[in-house]
Amino acid sequence: MRNPVVSAPAITVNALSFSWGNQPVCQQLSLSLRGGKTTALLGRSGSGKSTLLRLIAGLLLPAAGDVTSSDGLPLPGRISWMGQQDLLYPWLTARENVMLAARLNGEKADGGRADELLEQVGLGGLAEAKPAALSGGMRQRVALARTLYPQRPVVLMDEPFATLDVLTKLSLQTLTANLLRDKTVLLVTHDPLEACRMADDIGVLTGNPLRYEPFGAPEAAPPREVSDAGVLHQQGRLFSRLSRDER
Amino acid sequence: MRDKFYSLLWLLVVIGCAWQAARAAGVPTFLLPAPQAVLVALVQHRALLAHHLFYTLTEILLALLVGIGSGTLAAIAMASSQRLRRLLFPLITASQAIPIFALAPLLVLWLGYGIASKVAVAALILFFPLCLSLFEGLCRTPPGWLELAQTLSPSRFYRFRHLYWPAALPGFFTGLHMAMILAPIGVVMGEWVGASEGLGYLMMQSNARLETALSFAALTLLLMITLLLSAIVTLLRRKYLWQS
Repeated sequence: MRNPVVSAPAITVNALSFSWGNQPVCQQLSLSLRGGKTTALLGRSGSGKSTLLRLIAGLLLPAAGDVTSSDGLPLPGRISWMGQQDLLYPWLTARENVMLAARLNGEKADGGRADELLEQVGLGGLAEAKPAALSGGMRQRVALARTLYPQRPVVLMDEPFATLDVLTKLSLQTLTANLLRDKTVLLVTHDPLEACRMADDIGVLTGNPLRYEPFGAPEAAPPREVSDAGVLHQQGRLFSRLSRDER
Repeated sequence: MRDKFYSLLWLLVVIGCAWQAARAAGVPTFLLPAPQAVLVALVQHRALLAHHLFYTLTEILLALLVGIGSGTLAAIAMASSQRLRRLLFPLITASQAIPIFALAPLLVLWLGYGIASKVAVAALILFFPLCLSLFEGLCRTPPGWLELAQTLSPSRFYRFRHLYWPAALPGFFTGLHMAMILAPIGVVMGEWVGASEGLGYLMMQSNARLETALSFAALTLLLMITLLLSAIVTLLRRKYLWQS
């Protein structure tokens, strides 16, 4: 299940500032993500988590500050994105959606690799299916295969399982954590259980403008069982921490 | 297929009822000929009708080519650059503010009695709905799809080809359908203003001579052209348009 990723870099967010009009999202925000590890960022809805993810992805330009990688190479072109929805293009088949990166770069698509990835996410027989014929969970599995196809070392995920039912969510969390091992992953979520199951490092985004607060992750290696004592303990602590923000 | 059969049947019933109502009201046949008289005219004047049909069809196809081509290019240009949008949008809106009926005599004066003036009138009429529908379609590409494409590719060309264009296809087909229906109207309008050939010209001539059966025969051919063009769009839509 491991992917051959050569040295996924660490990522550093340096004194980042950004506003929506007069509404500041972050000012001088700094944080770092360990290379080859999964970091989960939690915060309440509307806190600016997704904006921060877009700033790191280069989809938004900061007013000040920058995002650098430990190997000194630029991040654009080395990022895979997984959004809140599956974002599958409805005119393409599952296989074509998986190979989207090749299509969008005018490169020859590797059908064999796409089929292999679809097999890994448990959709071996559905390569020719259009997204409209797939369930929400299946579509998100295709999105996961699409994220893995370009073999990029950094993966940014914006609440990727928020729209799924609990059981589908749990099985996809396990699958994703296994398949993204060795990559530098930033997972933005508002679900403490998701963070505790999948992340090597956990941080809380709080306040306005945003402040980053490191938070300990359970000791066992991810993906962790729901019933893992560390998961349950940290989940409880995270709920308390986030509830304090809510008040 | 069954739906199409019922549509055709419904059309024939409406025509038959309208004709019977006119008969009952005492409308003379030189004003409203019987359906069989129109059929006879279609057969009797087939060579004449075929000659003018060829002319009108050529004009329609050229108008579609020019109108769809320029409408598509203008929509893409406006969607891809804010500067071009600011430059082109007022011009395109202004071009539609002038009634085409008022412009048609001028186009005939400038471009002559030949094909060019009819192509220009029809192309001007069909340009706007096609351009606007496609432009709207291109601008309404869901932001999530765009963000994904931006993280995967720096190439604007491939993003257009594989995302913007297919995402805008529903809008394009709406505009195309309107264009197909408007093209015959535009061509006939141009032929009425000034022409020496074409089905519109033939209708004017036969009306003046009170040969209304021939006029209705030309009208029937125009109706068939429009239905055929509409059917072509339906087929293309079925083949190329994705379902969400």
